[in-house]
Amino acid sequence: MHYEAGQYDLVVVGAGHAGCEAALAASRMGMRTLLTTISLDAVALLACNPSIGGTGKGHLVREVDALGGEMGLTIDKTFIQSKMLNTAKGPAVHSLRAQADKWEYQQAMKQVLENQENLDLLQAEVVDLVTVTDDNGQPESQSLKEHCHLQKGKVAGVVTRTGAIYRSQAVILATGVYLKSKVFMGEIHYESGPSGLFPAQFLSEKLRAMGIELRRFKTGTPARVDARTVDFSKMERQDGDQEIVPFSFANEHLEIQQLPCWLSRTTPETKAVIEANLHRSAMYSGQIKSTGVRYCPSIEDKVVKFSDKPSHQFFLEPEGRNTTEMYVQGMSTSMPEEVQLAMYRTMIGLEQVRIMRPGYAIEYDCIDPTQLTLSLEMKAWENLFCAGQFNGSSGYEEAAAQGLMAGINAVLKLKGKAPFILDRSEAYIGVLIDDLVTKGTNEPYRMMTSRAEYRLVLRQDNADTRLTEKSYHLGLATQERYEAMKAKSEAVTNEMNRLQKTILPPESINPLLVKKGSSTVKIGLSLLDALKRPEIDYDDLASVDPQYNAQLSRAVITQCEVKIKYQGYIDKQLKSVEQFRKMEHRLLPPELDYHLIAGLRLEARQKLSQLRPLSLGQASRISGVSPADISVLLVYLEQQRRMKEKGEDV
Amino acid sequence: MVQEETIAAIATATGEAGIGIVRVSGGEALEKVRRLFYDASGRSVESLPPRRMLYGQIRNPENSEVVDEVLMVYMKAPHTYTREDVVEIQCHGGTQSVRRIMALLLAQGIRGAAPGEFTKRAFLNGRLDLSQAEAVMDLISARTERSHQAAMDQLEGFLSRKVRLLRERMLALLAEMEVSIDFSEEEDVEVATYDSLMNASRELITEIDGLIASARTGKILREGIKTIIVGKPNVGKSSLLNALLRESRAIVTDIPGTTRDAIEEQLNLKGIPMVLMDTAGIRETEDLVEQLGVERTRLLFEKADLVIMMLDASTHLSREDQEILSMIKNKKTLILVNKTDLPSLFSETELPDWVDRNQLLRISLLEEAGMEALEEALITLVFQGETLEKEKEMVTNLRHQQALEVAGKALQDGLQALENQLPLDFLQVDYQTAMDSLGEIVGETVREDLVDYIFSHFCIGK
Repeated sequence: MHYEAGQYDLVVVGAGHAGCEAALAASRMGMRTLLTTISLDAVALLACNPSIGGTGKGHLVREVDALGGEMGLTIDKTFIQSKMLNTAKGPAVHSLRAQADKWEYQQAMKQVLENQENLDLLQAEVVDLVTVTDDNGQPESQSLKEHCHLQKGKVAGVVTRTGAIYRSQAVILATGVYLKSKVFMGEIHYESGPSGLFPAQFLSEKLRAMGIELRRFKTGTPARVDARTVDFSKMERQDGDQEIVPFSFANEHLEIQQLPCWLSRTTPETKAVIEANLHRSAMYSGQIKSTGVRYCPSIEDKVVKFSDKPSHQFFLEPEGRNTTEMYVQGMSTSMPEEVQLAMYRTMIGLEQVRIMRPGYAIEYDCIDPTQLTLSLEMKAWENLFCAGQFNGSSGYEEAAAQGLMAGINAVLKLKGKAPFILDRSEAYIGVLIDDLVTKGTNEPYRMMTSRAEYRLVLRQDNADTRLTEKSYHLGLATQERYEAMKAKSEAVTNEMNRLQKTILPPESINPLLVKKGSSTVKIGLSLLDALKRPEIDYDDLASVDPQYNAQLSRAVITQCEVKIKYQGYIDKQLKSVEQFRKMEHRLLPPELDYHLIAGLRLEARQKLSQLRPLSLGQASRISGVSPADISVLLVYLEQQRRMKEKGEDV
Repeated sequence: MVQEETIAAIATATGEAGIGIVRVSGGEALEKVRRLFYDASGRSVESLPPRRMLYGQIRNPENSEVVDEVLMVYMKAPHTYTREDVVEIQCHGGTQSVRRIMALLLAQGIRGAAPGEFTKRAFLNGRLDLSQAEAVMDLISARTERSHQAAMDQLEGFLSRKVRLLRERMLALLAEMEVSIDFSEEEDVEVATYDSLMNASRELITEIDGLIASARTGKILREGIKTIIVGKPNVGKSSLLNALLRESRAIVTDIPGTTRDAIEEQLNLKGIPMVLMDTAGIRETEDLVEQLGVERTRLLFEKADLVIMMLDASTHLSREDQEILSMIKNKKTLILVNKTDLPSLFSETELPDWVDRNQLLRISLLEEAGMEALEEALITLVFQGETLEKEKEMVTNLRHQQALEVAGKALQDGLQALENQLPLDFLQVDYQTAMDSLGEIVGETVREDLVDYIFSHFCIGK
């Protein structure tokens, strides 16, 4: 029944946004990698919204790109509209979002996978993992093992539904919403993955048998409607940006024919239809018991929770260039199909609408991510890494970020190298993973800029300077990327120096200051000081700067402007980053037995034993661990250090 | 050695003591204390040689007010208890001086030490040996437990409710900013306008200022009303002192953190702690001015919250009486005309015009007549008609006061940034600081609350 099908360094289960990044990173770093998917037609599927990015999420994509990931490049190849959001706000929260051609996006990603050296793509349902339990381990550590959840064993491959055994040194699980997934539309529900794809029916049981704790999460999607049945004249046209900022740092300039999106509103009748049928919604009839996403509520949720609002806005977004399917953003629902239709037809512009795919809610198995280390490896199972929605997150971008990190870390582990962990002051990716594995999550986790303490330094415009060098040294980011980043940094430094040294006499600069409503000067003013003024931006200097360089790239100008204008605030934040890092760099030995540390409160001992934080900093973010517990740990660590020293002296 | 924040704490135990010691440890100890330390003639001190005790005074750098005469010693790292730079300030005993000095240190940006922190540092920096590690850990947990309990006791009631409410409003304000930052372009949420944010900030600042002001009332409750009894010899000062001490059913012991001082007498009058100053002087010579000299007496008056000026009903106003009266012209004063049991010669018309006739009381200490009225008068005078309920016991803890001040300052910065039209994501840093500070008081963390608040109050999502 079973047969030996092959040997790889690494098997990645699932070819969604997490799986693709994981497999690409690993194979690019030299690992022989197998990427499996339930359907080869569902590689990198944009199962919900046909867009990439948005606030917080856009930052993640830029970081993935800066680290040598694929998402940014793929969306740059396949977008049909691009917009920089939040430009009215400060540079820390400027966020890119692009509408994708859903099919082209998949095609483009699949093509990259197929052309990647060291990487094999395979359609297969993984039903079991090959495991090796380490029974001849050290008996003296038995008690430690019991209360510290130390390793139960390691994984060594996967088994497919068709009986194939693929042996490997490590496995990455990126199963998305496919595990035991169930789709709900009103009273109707059935076992199914997203968009009518097969669910993975068997793996959950095996994971449970391995002692991995699973839980049920829920998400949902709106209907796709036929553009031919929409009255666009009643809707507000939403165009993309004139000047397109690419997602990838590798692209300097992009030009395409963009498609519009459309904005419209629901009516009081929409609300009436929903209220009259609320008992039939899968979520409100009690059929779905799992935890849904608060930030991506269904229209039923919105109507119930914000009942004072007579109307809600929604967008129509094209799903691609060569299709009439349109995504109804803001109208996710688990109503019965006929109620969906009635409801949509009360919305402005959709009076005659025809639904092509109904909306649905979907429920799936995922893990409590506190079972993972910061390198996304299972604490209990060596060489088993996990990424994406399987870890309790939500969103393509969050998935891609974890996939990339899991891929990198699996490789480092197999090469016997230290894990690659980004901390909360280095990247949104660091915030994302630390939040998940340290605090856990009770609902699908979505990135928001407000989750990042050091938002002002984690900007989307500087992701390359923050991260590319690190990735280059890991052997992932290419030489080309690395040099481009270097050149950009150098250009920024040079330009900053020049701006500082160029001092204009009052008679040259004052006319500009007057024109811009800024106070005039009596002595010379450097261009740098002029730029510190909120009223003046770089382009304004063109008329007064004797060496104005019109060729300077937008990216370099942005860096200079941000550094100059917001220096005070950025310095403030860098100071707190310094404080923060001190604690992050105090590492906790993995074998530490917290039950033996007398000064710790009981709750802290339990939590620390269970979560096994990497550093004091991480420990301090665990709920139930107090600052006094951290002090006690500090003293304990010092005690251990000295005892060891003493022992060595003897 | 990791460069740690500079910390300070009152090193002497509360209770009876002739001197109090405030200890500062950390890299910035010397630099920051130097800003407060002046030599005896009021000049700032250029060099502070290590391990030498210097005589001088601590002044408030903002108004040059002398806080106390002190002895100060600087000990250079690593030859100190914590193995960091340490400065010790020895001042007068009792709660008064040490607290005021602590407050000034905190205002310089020094952090109040956590329970057991000096010892923790001593251990971490290698000052204590290995065998003491367990004891250090126990010390940290036990002390934290105790101070936590104390803080909780303090937080019950008015202050915690007030701060929680403030925090709620801060949270709403922050959430409004965050939603505006993260979702305004994709969702139809109402965007926070700079005007509305400025108004909300101003309101919050007013409230925080109010709480800080209440710290002054709290201070009176905590440290006692500094009262001085004056009058010519034989007017009955000792008798008044003794009568007051008799009336005071609970002396000293039930006022936490107060000390009986060699020259102070503490008593509790109808729930109000009072500190009778220089009572030793009263007892010994019956004549303060004669004993201390005019200048010292004037200084003493300056420190007092309240002066009880005693007159003799059986004599006319003497030159001595007038001299004393001239010294207390601007103080809160109660005129107490004693010896009403004797034939009266004194008349109110003899008093200068500025003396408030409403604050004049006739009693006979010999017959113990009028004591009740005296207590009433004292209370009315101190609180100026404000009722004194337990609920009004507001910010009584230095740390809380400091946190409020940080919050107030951050909001001021934020307000200014709003006025300058800085982007929300930047000035949010100031609001976060304010929020964190308020959170410190009630011991609640922030970010989770914020995300929860956003989702429950704003309709956002695809």
